[in-house]
Amino acid sequence: MDWTSILTLTVGELHGAYTAAYVLCALGLAIHFGFTGLLNFGQAAFAAIGAYGFSAGVIVLGWNMWASAGLGLALSAVFAILLGIPTLRLRADYLAIVTIAAAQAFKFFVSTTEYEAITGGPNGLSEFGAEFYALNPIPDGRYDILGLSKSAADLWIEIVGWSFVAIAAILLALLVRSPWGRVLKGIREDEDAVRSLGKNVFAYKLQSLVIGGTFASLGGMVFVMSSQTNQPATWGTNFTFMLWTVLLLGGAATVLGPIVGGMVFFALTMLTQGLLEGLVNLGLLPFLSISQVGQIRFLLVGLALMLLVIFRPQGILGNKKETYFNA
Amino acid sequence: MQRTRKVSVIFGVLAVLFGLFFSGSSAANAAEGDDNSASTFMIEGTLTNLEQPVEGVKITATLDSFSESTTSDAEGAWRIDVPAAGEYVVELDITTLPEGVELSNPEWVTGIADLTLTTSAGVLFPLGSQEVVEESMWDQLLNRIWAGLNFGLLLAIASVGISLIYGTTGLNNFAHGEMLTLGAMLTWFFFTVVELPLLVAAFLTILGVAAFGWGQNAYLWKPLRKRRLGLNQMMIVSIGFGIVVRYLILMFFEGDSKTLGGEGDIITWGPVLTTSTSIVGMVISALALAGVAFFLTRTRVGKATRAVSDNASLASATGIDVEKIIRIVWIFAAALTGLAGILYGLQYQASWLLGNDILLLLFAAVTLGGLGTSLGATVGALIIGMVVEVISLYIPSEMKYAAALLILIAVLIVRPQGVLGKKQRIG
Repeated sequence: MDWTSILTLTVGELHGAYTAAYVLCALGLAIHFGFTGLLNFGQAAFAAIGAYGFSAGVIVLGWNMWASAGLGLALSAVFAILLGIPTLRLRADYLAIVTIAAAQAFKFFVSTTEYEAITGGPNGLSEFGAEFYALNPIPDGRYDILGLSKSAADLWIEIVGWSFVAIAAILLALLVRSPWGRVLKGIREDEDAVRSLGKNVFAYKLQSLVIGGTFASLGGMVFVMSSQTNQPATWGTNFTFMLWTVLLLGGAATVLGPIVGGMVFFALTMLTQGLLEGLVNLGLLPFLSISQVGQIRFLLVGLALMLLVIFRPQGILGNKKETYFNA
Repeated sequence: MQRTRKVSVIFGVLAVLFGLFFSGSSAANAAEGDDNSASTFMIEGTLTNLEQPVEGVKITATLDSFSESTTSDAEGAWRIDVPAAGEYVVELDITTLPEGVELSNPEWVTGIADLTLTTSAGVLFPLGSQEVVEESMWDQLLNRIWAGLNFGLLLAIASVGISLIYGTTGLNNFAHGEMLTLGAMLTWFFFTVVELPLLVAAFLTILGVAAFGWGQNAYLWKPLRKRRLGLNQMMIVSIGFGIVVRYLILMFFEGDSKTLGGEGDIITWGPVLTTSTSIVGMVISALALAGVAFFLTRTRVGKATRAVSDNASLASATGIDVEKIIRIVWIFAAALTGLAGILYGLQYQASWLLGNDILLLLFAAVTLGGLGTSLGATVGALIIGMVVEVISLYIPSEMKYAAALLILIAVLIVRPQGVLGKKQRIG
């Protein structure tokens, strides 16, 4: 078994651009669920809307990069408002069902060939990053980062992705320590108590949904930018529940939780995948084929999600007192 | 070879049922032997017209810059080997079709082969040589309504299952769709692989899915209720459980769509075209729904079930064994959902993602009808079934599920308690 390659790939997951993208989306989910108690099962749609806003802005509308990014963020805010108005007054599980339904509906919409002119249909959109990569200050060539050979473009998207993570985390930390953040936590603990203090609970929930959604749409843009392809298949429910696993693993009601959770989660799944592939190639696991090893990755997501919620709902970093699934 | 395949598949099924996560042998892969084709990807299919193979039709698979073509052989079979994972667009060249043979729906000239998670996928191009009859709007509408009734009845039996579980335990079961998938897959296995008679296969399937329902209640949900895990936490657990079961089904049954081959004879009633399978399926669904109604209103256990749904503590105080009722509900709901899976598999196709796709329609149905009421779930399911079928006259057919989901959102704005729900349930 090639230990060096398995370990380098595992370490690579700790700082990869995809990890940064997932962490950004999970930070948004931390605002929704960790701090406000909203069960958003449609985070994939927020990320997808960011990604489609950006890529369609560049390719279909021919806008520049900044305007396209703005379009993605604005569309995700509009989506949050449209989704929030009917559901935020209802019980938490209604939001869960509606968000997952809306995310699926959006995926159907971008997958069909009918609107191919805007969405690229089942093939999606690609090659929309020329302007972004033209800004790359790193000289061309290969760079060796902790054993992995990376191109200047890989490095550039990683740096940008993790910078966004840092900015989002600082913003989140400031937000939850502000009076506004205390109201959010109050809503999570006891909605009626906050309402009796004269706060407009609905407005606060809607703001939380919009801000968390914006984080996710930024995450979606980083995600599609690293490969310059945006395919509808990416944005299924698996994406959302991977985020939930990341969030619950790190600790839902913490700022660093999604970051630690994301790094640990992706490193661990890469490590398991590497080990399993190694064992399969050595013929030690005769009941598995290489393609099934990739499926086990998702199986482990489900298993981790179950075990975390049952045995350690506060995650790695969380405080047990702050874990409220207000059922 | 055939023998070992059967044995290993049986082993796989048992492993799925009892949740032995990693110890099972992988059915389909053991059968394929030890060739190294596991790392290459392929798309395949068979073209037939009126049960005759269609030869020499050009088919092209494309993804980004990759493009590869092939023609169907004397058996009508075609196969394209592709280098990498991804979602391939597969197109049939209609100019190469023999004279008199056409696609039964001209829109189905392209198909999608999703090879992101599996190494092989099938693409169907339904052919038909019938001349295109210009159907009147009314005839089309009648046909769609009939299809909607059919689909709605099927959804209804699964929705009643999800609704009974929600009523008695408060759990929004996101793993419910997987029981439907299991129903379709087990029937495929018993009927087409073991080649048992259909009724025996269906009976074994219902038994298997009911056992799965009993097992997940006994070993997962009951212990969690004992730990007093919150309902929202349970909901997330059910999501995780659903993912685990879905990928186990994928690993044991592979990712291709399976045809159960129960199309039956085509029957024409005036303008309505249907099949004997559909009619029998609809009768069975209706009987099952009537059975549920009888059970809930006329039997002691059914009345106790309604008492538990209304107020579990009060029911317990009057001497009803709540855990026993919940156990019965799980078995009963699983059997009903398994039946829905069988009917779906026979009329459409069975794939590992089937339950996941249907799940949200089930939620739409129970929310539309009013969470936790069985009659509401039935009415909601019939409406959703109708909407999904009728609306495909007006919008692209891939979008029809999205329309049902948008209706769900609209209902929540106007009448969140659902058509038949009580107001206090929305909390």
